[in-house]
Amino acid sequence: MSEVAPQLSVDSATGIDVTLPIAGAGVRSYAFVVDWHIRVVLALAWYAAAGLLYNYAHGAGFSLAPPDAYDARWFGAVLVPSLALYFLYHPVLELLMRGSTPGKRLAGVRVVARDGSAPGVGALLVRNVFRLIDSLPLAYGLGLVLAALTREHVRCGDLAAGTLLIYETASAGFALTPASTAGSLDVATAELVAELLSRWPRLTVPARTALARALLARCGRSAQELAPLDDAALRGALVAVTRPAAAGA
Amino acid sequence: MSEEARRHALAHALLKRATLWQQAETRARRFSRGRSDDPAEAARVADDYRLLAHDLARARALVPQSRAREYLESVYAGVHATLNHGDWRLGAALRQLFRGHIPASVAWLKPYLVWATLLFVLAAVAGYALVDRFPELIALFASPDLIASVESGKLWTEGLLNIVPSSVLSVQILANNIAVSLFAYCSGFLFGLGTLYILGLNGLMLGAVFAFVARHGLAGALASFIVAHGCVELSVMCLSAAAGGAVGEALVRPGSRGRAAAFRVAALRSGPALLACALLLVGAGLIEGFVSPQPRIPVSVKVAIGVGYWLFMVALLSGRLWGRRPAP
Repeated sequence: MSEVAPQLSVDSATGIDVTLPIAGAGVRSYAFVVDWHIRVVLALAWYAAAGLLYNYAHGAGFSLAPPDAYDARWFGAVLVPSLALYFLYHPVLELLMRGSTPGKRLAGVRVVARDGSAPGVGALLVRNVFRLIDSLPLAYGLGLVLAALTREHVRCGDLAAGTLLIYETASAGFALTPASTAGSLDVATAELVAELLSRWPRLTVPARTALARALLARCGRSAQELAPLDDAALRGALVAVTRPAAAGA
Repeated sequence: MSEEARRHALAHALLKRATLWQQAETRARRFSRGRSDDPAEAARVADDYRLLAHDLARARALVPQSRAREYLESVYAGVHATLNHGDWRLGAALRQLFRGHIPASVAWLKPYLVWATLLFVLAAVAGYALVDRFPELIALFASPDLIASVESGKLWTEGLLNIVPSSVLSVQILANNIAVSLFAYCSGFLFGLGTLYILGLNGLMLGAVFAFVARHGLAGALASFIVAHGCVELSVMCLSAAAGGAVGEALVRPGSRGRAAAFRVAALRSGPALLACALLLVGAGLIEGFVSPQPRIPVSVKVAIGVGYWLFMVALLSGRLWGRRPAP
């Protein structure tokens, strides 16, 4: 990821730059689509629930039909909250969640200022106001094109607000393994072995045996040695290479 | 010892310090969330920062393509943010926005505000002169219903509350006005042309409608309708256009900065004024829905509300509302 993604480099007092990997157009779109679904569902759910309650209370049975004449109560209790949920979702949540939203969190990204800090209220508001431009001509066309073409994958709102979308590296993805700290395995291989073992129960048998054979080959085991090993034996062999004593042998 | 073996040994020695990184991450997270105000803990976070910088430099050289290096980058960035950017509290940020950023933004926009107001007035005068001279041109600016209503000797606002409740009217008006105001700002992105179009069109429409109602002897009635909400509404329109103009000018004449940097600076400096505009338009919409169309409210009261709300707007935008002296 870090080898291909552009990075935001921030000077630090120690002389070692802070580098933050910048999210691309794909992950931005993913986060947006998730958020869009959430806000559509929230707005429709409110409209349906409040509309049904309103009509039931006014003797119109369980119906979603709006009243024939203007009715301030229907307007205030059904329509306005639904529209507010839809249109204020991004600015309000980004303010409350320090530049994040449920969709961004799911996609593993967040909004930061150019110095790596959480953006200010003004920047977040400007970023969201410019959605009016980014959404032109339809379906966020301009925003998507800008995010795909610009070096830092920013849309018009980010250009205006001086913000960027960066990957939030999950610390949970890093686990200290015995093979990482001792033995003859190189660090990258040890990390791959540890990851394969952690994902072992979730992978299909053909996939995990193929990956295990490839990794064990990288650890120096010959093809003849690996040929008779079945699923369980391959897992045992992987566990063995992560043991400091075995790895150091 | 070969070079490869030396690097291998150094990498493994480095990774043995991973527990320290995890402790540093926990400490920084606790500190950034305000769960610790212990000075000794703060000093340890500062020590962690140096340790992480040292280890990160080694990790970048020894194990550049590893999860360990990525993790270290993330922890280092987190500790850096904790030490350099402090805590982020929404309440304090909003206070700072209203007390500092909005007045500063409006002060910076003053020259643009003068030009926007001048353009708006010129467009209104042009619209008035145009329809006064060629009354049939009102069809370009007003709907057939409005024209028919005025030609029958009634303002279209009369009896409005018999059809639409005040609350509904208010929300419709404020939503429309906020959308126009935000578009006037954002369309500055089109090198200011969009802003000019929206400002000019609104000025022309206002002047044209006034000329048309004046020909039918209803100018006084229209003035008494708009005086309560119009003072702020029109001022906010000019302020939004001023912000859009600043954005447009940054793109047309970026100066010594690059175009992108000039655009960013202009948008960020003018942005806070937009929030004030949106909030003021909420109040103007409520006045337009509840006060302006109400025939029982005397004109003098409507004038007092209009002037009072306008003075409130000036106090908010200049910072006087919070006891600050306006920026020169």
